[in-house]
Amino acid sequence: MKSLTIIIVLITGAVLFYGTVDMPDWGDPNSPASRHVSPRYITQTVAETETPNIVTSLLADYRGYDTLGETTVIFGAGMVCILILRSARKREE
Amino acid sequence: MLDFIMAKYNYWIYIILMMIGFYGMIGKNNLVKKIIGMNIFQTAIILFFISIACKKGGATLPIIEYSHGGEHPVVHAADYLNPLPHVLMLTAIVVMVATLGVAIAIVIRLYRDYKTLEEDEILRKIS
Amino acid sequence: MIHNSTDVIIKTVARIFIPFIQLYALYVIMHGHYSPGGGFQGGVILGASLILLLITHGERVAMQRISENWITILFSLGVLIYAGIGTLCLFFGGNFLDYGVLAPLLHVSPAAARSLGILGVEIGVGIAVMSVMVSIFYNIARSGPYRNKGTTARRES
Repeated sequence: MKSLTIIIVLITGAVLFYGTVDMPDWGDPNSPASRHVSPRYITQTVAETETPNIVTSLLADYRGYDTLGETTVIFGAGMVCILILRSARKREE
Repeated sequence: MLDFIMAKYNYWIYIILMMIGFYGMIGKNNLVKKIIGMNIFQTAIILFFISIACKKGGATLPIIEYSHGGEHPVVHAADYLNPLPHVLMLTAIVVMVATLGVAIAIVIRLYRDYKTLEEDEILRKIS
Repeated sequence: MIHNSTDVIIKTVARIFIPFIQLYALYVIMHGHYSPGGGFQGGVILGASLILLLITHGERVAMQRISENWITILFSLGVLIYAGIGTLCLFFGGNFLDYGVLAPLLHVSPAAARSLGILGVEIGVGIAVMSVMVSIFYNIARSGPYRNKGTTARRES
């Protein structure tokens, strides 16, 4: 059982190692991730939102819907903790 | 060959970290150790995304020097790091804490019901 | 049940530090436009200050300051502020979470209205994150099985 686990982990790692051959180099300014929408975010954020911190303007404005879902996830986590633990606590007391 | 290693070794570090976390998740028998493995896995993903944001050649952190009322500065995209992975990982870190809280709550509940945290013992008691 | 600490050094240091931690958390939230920071980070720092109060002064003192029901109300309020600002934009004829249309309400240019909208959203996120951190910590710390039945079961094994 333990050897099977190690084999599965090693196979997964080998597949991912093979995948890194086609990844962009570390720190490459022309990598696909920094070529598509990110230049527009960097150059337009002051003109459009007057917020110098690009991360904040991106978090709450350009991708505000994403962050709303995120906040809902945190809300759900808090609710789940209450529902799992508080009912049991009341029953025990 | 050395150039290839220098260009890719950061990904390999994250893959090794991810393998450690993955082994902890599927190989360990104790539920708390599984949660620790899950956290290591998530840390590997976060480091991977942050390393994608890096730009060599004088790029600085994504905060533009600008004051209210002043002229809008001319901004070149190559001078600032890619902000998008930072945003995604900022939310992922908070989700990591939330999932940790839920996982520990479930583990506490399981311990209260079965008086053990070993997976095989819990499965034996269920059947 | 978290008891009141008996160590005078721990209690004094915590009492001195907690207001400054909270002040710093508010600074991180409000200054998120110009420096690293924002709702998530500031909310976590604010939650950490309340957790510090909880683990040094015990459950009873902390729950007099901010009760469990209030925490539950606060983390609903945080999500409500966020979604409410988004819905307010719908009433002004824009898209959901499109803060630019709030400019007539705030008497500023659309770009500045976006900046203020971001600030409101960050405050909502900060409240939600703070109260969820305290809520998770409080529920997990208080309902552990090591209190009555759990301790005996642990000693037997």
